[in-house]
Amino acid sequence: MIEEVFSIELPVGERLVIKKNRMMGKQPGGKRLTIVTGIHGNEFEGQFVCYEVIRRIMKDKDKLTGTVDVYPALNPLGLDVAARTIPKLNMDLNGIFPGKESGTTMERVAAAIVRDISGADMCLDVHASDSFVKEIPQVRVNEKFAEKLLPFARLLNTDMVWMNASATVHESTLAYSMNMLGVPTMVVEMGVGTRIHRGFGTQVVEGIFHLMREIGMWEGAVGEIQYPAISTDGEVEFIRADVTGVFLPAIAHNHYVRKGDKLGEIISPLEGHVLAEIRAEKSGLVFTLREYPFVQEGSLLARILTGIGEE
Amino acid sequence: MYKEEVCRVHSSYREDMVVQGYCFGKREADPAACILGSVRGNEIQQMYICSQLVRALKELEANGCINANKKILVIPAVNSMGINVGRRFFGVEDVDINRCFPGRADGNTIERIACNVFYKIMEYSYGIQLTSFYIEGEFVPHVRMMETGYQNASLANLFGLPYVMIKKPTPLDTKTLNYNWQNDMTAAFSVYTNKNDSVDEESAKQAVAAVLRFLTRMGIIRYESHSGYISHVILEQDLMDVSVESGGIFKGLVKPGEDVRYGYPLAEVFDPYEGFIKEIIKAPTDGIVFFAHTQALISQGDVAYRLIHRLHQ
Repeated sequence: MIEEVFSIELPVGERLVIKKNRMMGKQPGGKRLTIVTGIHGNEFEGQFVCYEVIRRIMKDKDKLTGTVDVYPALNPLGLDVAARTIPKLNMDLNGIFPGKESGTTMERVAAAIVRDISGADMCLDVHASDSFVKEIPQVRVNEKFAEKLLPFARLLNTDMVWMNASATVHESTLAYSMNMLGVPTMVVEMGVGTRIHRGFGTQVVEGIFHLMREIGMWEGAVGEIQYPAISTDGEVEFIRADVTGVFLPAIAHNHYVRKGDKLGEIISPLEGHVLAEIRAEKSGLVFTLREYPFVQEGSLLARILTGIGEE
Repeated sequence: MYKEEVCRVHSSYREDMVVQGYCFGKREADPAACILGSVRGNEIQQMYICSQLVRALKELEANGCINANKKILVIPAVNSMGINVGRRFFGVEDVDINRCFPGRADGNTIERIACNVFYKIMEYSYGIQLTSFYIEGEFVPHVRMMETGYQNASLANLFGLPYVMIKKPTPLDTKTLNYNWQNDMTAAFSVYTNKNDSVDEESAKQAVAAVLRFLTRMGIIRYESHSGYISHVILEQDLMDVSVESGGIFKGLVKPGEDVRYGYPLAEVFDPYEGFIKEIIKAPTDGIVFFAHTQALISQGDVAYRLIHRLHQ
């Protein structure tokens, strides 16, 4: 059942509406899982996840024993124009949680989302990467909540779980706010902005059904599940550009590299020569790789998960 | 005066962005006050105020009015690349530099800019940032401080602006320069005037005078000026927000600083297609207009005004 979570009147002939699809199983009083996405309007990976979760539940509705709420577009105006932030305000919606019921419009939006999710037994906030780097499917967990979340994060069929990794799990985000309010919330990240990687999406969807089955919400079949590498910040090697130019990768994403392997080069399109050759300083899995070619000093080129074997 | 390069950012397609500092006083003098202008690409008024401060301080220095053993640093613009292409935030990532402090030397481009700037300005005893609010609109000129536990409203009073506002920091604020400056033991102040992307001469003059007054009162310069106001200190949570119930074309009827009474019409919202008045926004209390929405359009629930409750001129 499609429901409106929040709406306001925009200046000219339109409302901003946040919608959810509520699917209730045969035990209406059972557990409730919320799947949210589209906080950043340039991240579309969650769109496929929403579609596929709903499609599979509706196909086997009698296998659902709890309630699943799917929110495909928390920042509908941003999604419509593929903008990461809230258009016009140019603010990151994922920076104003838990919001404020009597605050500015966007603080009210955030507060309404929090209010609607509150009371759920679990929340998954699905992100793509931004437009600059590509990511393998991973769960990001704030260290503060790791003890509670790790057992669930392991069930999601991702390639890795990264503890305390980035701004997506920090204060003022939806995930942090919901965890503070007692709703176990995990951030799932994969792919690259403005694209959909169907394989990654399918992998995560399988994990969601696995999670649902493990917490007693799903009686249907679940495909083959893999268990992720669990990593902390100390095991992640950041590789950043030291010069400004155009980055050309020499390796594939989601690829194991050895210390000294060439990862790519930064070239000068004006002078016609290589400005820098980028090599791995440690062996490991390239789980993040730059997609956007223009780089400046400090731009992220790759992240390597160290301390794991080549297999 | 001498110039100091605060930070340099290279670009493949443009000239380097050089964050330029203007120093007054001897190189080896105590770093007394740092004044920062445009950190965002639309903070034109803030850059203009700094440029006028550079002009005034040059003259004062030529007349021997910078006190011995005191050094002042003025940085008119950090994000000049953004200014030149009309973007509030920095670079292709479109990130707010004022949400990246104190920055990281090994971080991304924006964190490195913030880190380099912060490294140069953290040693100053007093930090003054001319800045803008994240929501577009006009303020009555005021000095703002974060309630970090290190804030000192008595010092903020010395600017002689009509109001000093104390704000409880939210997680969103913890990456701002003001918050990090204070945490690093610089007495930090944010000065708000009533414009951002255009120059308002009157409030710019008021801001220049306020900064010079503060520097005089702190014994950094010698400058004869009007004493200014005895500031009224307000807490942000005590401001009363006046929101609109309808979206449409917004026509404000009162300006920041105006004294309004309960029931007084503050603004009208018009239907954008048929032109009729959808809503008349009335003052829910007596008070002074502290902030006013100034854009032509407004959405339902937007804050049209913030009033200082039960205060009169």
